[in-house]
Amino acid sequence: MRVGFVANEVGIGLWRNLSMTVSVVLVTAVSLTFFGAGLLFQRQVDLLKDYWYDRVQVSMFLCGAESDAASCATGAATDQQKQTIEADLGGPELAPYVEQWFYESQQEAYDRFTEQFADSAIVENVTVEQLPESYRIRLTDPSQTDVVVAYFAGRAGVEEVDDQRDLLDGLFRFLDGARWTAWFIAGFLLLASVLLVWTTIRLAAFNRRRETGIMRLVGASKFFIQLPFMLEGIVAACLGAVIATVLLLTGERLLVRGYLAERVRVADYVGPADVFAIAPWMFAVGIVLAAVASLLSLQRYLKV
Amino acid sequence: MIQFDQVTKVYKATQRPALDGVSAVIGRGEFVFLVGSSGSGKSTFLRLVLREERASRGDVHVAGRDLARLASWKVPALRRQIGVVFQDFRLLPTKTVFENVAFALQVIGKPRHVIDRTVPEVLQLVGLDGKEDRRPDELSGGEQQRVAIARAFVNRPAILLADEPTGNLDPVTSVGIMKLLDRINKTGTTIVMATHDQDLVDQMRKRVIQLDDGLLVRDQARGVYGAGV
Repeated sequence: MRVGFVANEVGIGLWRNLSMTVSVVLVTAVSLTFFGAGLLFQRQVDLLKDYWYDRVQVSMFLCGAESDAASCATGAATDQQKQTIEADLGGPELAPYVEQWFYESQQEAYDRFTEQFADSAIVENVTVEQLPESYRIRLTDPSQTDVVVAYFAGRAGVEEVDDQRDLLDGLFRFLDGARWTAWFIAGFLLLASVLLVWTTIRLAAFNRRRETGIMRLVGASKFFIQLPFMLEGIVAACLGAVIATVLLLTGERLLVRGYLAERVRVADYVGPADVFAIAPWMFAVGIVLAAVASLLSLQRYLKV
Repeated sequence: MIQFDQVTKVYKATQRPALDGVSAVIGRGEFVFLVGSSGSGKSTFLRLVLREERASRGDVHVAGRDLARLASWKVPALRRQIGVVFQDFRLLPTKTVFENVAFALQVIGKPRHVIDRTVPEVLQLVGLDGKEDRRPDELSGGEQQRVAIARAFVNRPAILLADEPTGNLDPVTSVGIMKLLDRINKTGTTIVMATHDQDLVDQMRKRVIQLDDGLLVRDQARGVYGAGV
């Protein structure tokens, strides 16, 4: 009896206030979509980090005959300089940081270059002597590249220490920015949806003051009187979360799988499973905000 | 059943107390008229019994409870022992007679089989059997008030408060309502009825408590409306 009665009251409430209900659902849907998109950006960054950080390395380019860096004043790197570098790479000081390193000669660099740019005319203009010798260093913890870069930078015979992570960090900063932008927008919209829920519940309480007045007088509990109103807000928020989930799934299908994954095959992309994984958070945020907004509104506008 | 001990109620906005040092004891099964001009404190008296308001000073006991100490979450339990009827009926216009009465039981969580049994009983008691499916706007004023009384009484409260229940009704219909309240009183329910209706009070010859400007000026067994003023 109780369940049926409450469900009936909730249905009547939502229906009587249909335009307000629809606006709550839509605003909640859009705000949760932005919130969810932010979560997806974060997961994408994590995926990219997992993928790329395993592959990044520090490249240490040695001085060639024509290098004009300050550390190359004495000309091409000598065998003794190379031996010192190799001793340091294998030494105890860098042992915690360096997982693996190897030497790349000018010939190896040329072979790799010609392979990489096989289709390009640039290969014809490059000679073996123009490409520097280098050490390629893979780190135990990819986030510690700074230590290795600082250790070798400016040393005699070393022209440049190149941290590939710098390139990726630019990309990650962009994605982080996108995530915070999405959350910033979500924040505003969630505020709007909280205020809408507040107003909707206030209106609903006003529309049904006759019913609630009688409920009070015949001794219905505070919880029982407030429950239908709170459920109205929560049901609307849940509908919004459902729509947000559908929007994100559609977005993932069209933008990520339909476009990015086809054209830019650099890494794994977020998929439907990720959307479903973040969906509970969207429901949780929607429900909690709606419940709090309803409750505060009821405290203020529904005398019990 | 209802005990007022030196009860004073001052509303925030006003200086003058709405009730001023009122003491009265109303026993189980009594029928009491609460009379006095508008603003004399009759409604405040009823609101204090319902704990819609709290006394500023003095003690109010209802059905064995000290209302000053009653936790707010226990107020619904108190109100389940009190039925209330108003001058303006306060029925739900979209619900039928049956649904209006059933509503009072639904919202306190009574199961369906209890509702299906007790609602027809009480509708018969108030003389509305056969009109279960009518809506309030299809009923006369007297019938609407009977629905309101059925709703107030369906949970068999120990106390029935009536605030000007005949205020919107013609004299003949009012007599019918009074007879109904009298019948309910005979089941052992304590009734407190605030009224302006001099003829009814004089006819019924019940206990009369008269308020004037918040003061209790008369408490007379088998009284009439105007005596002593």
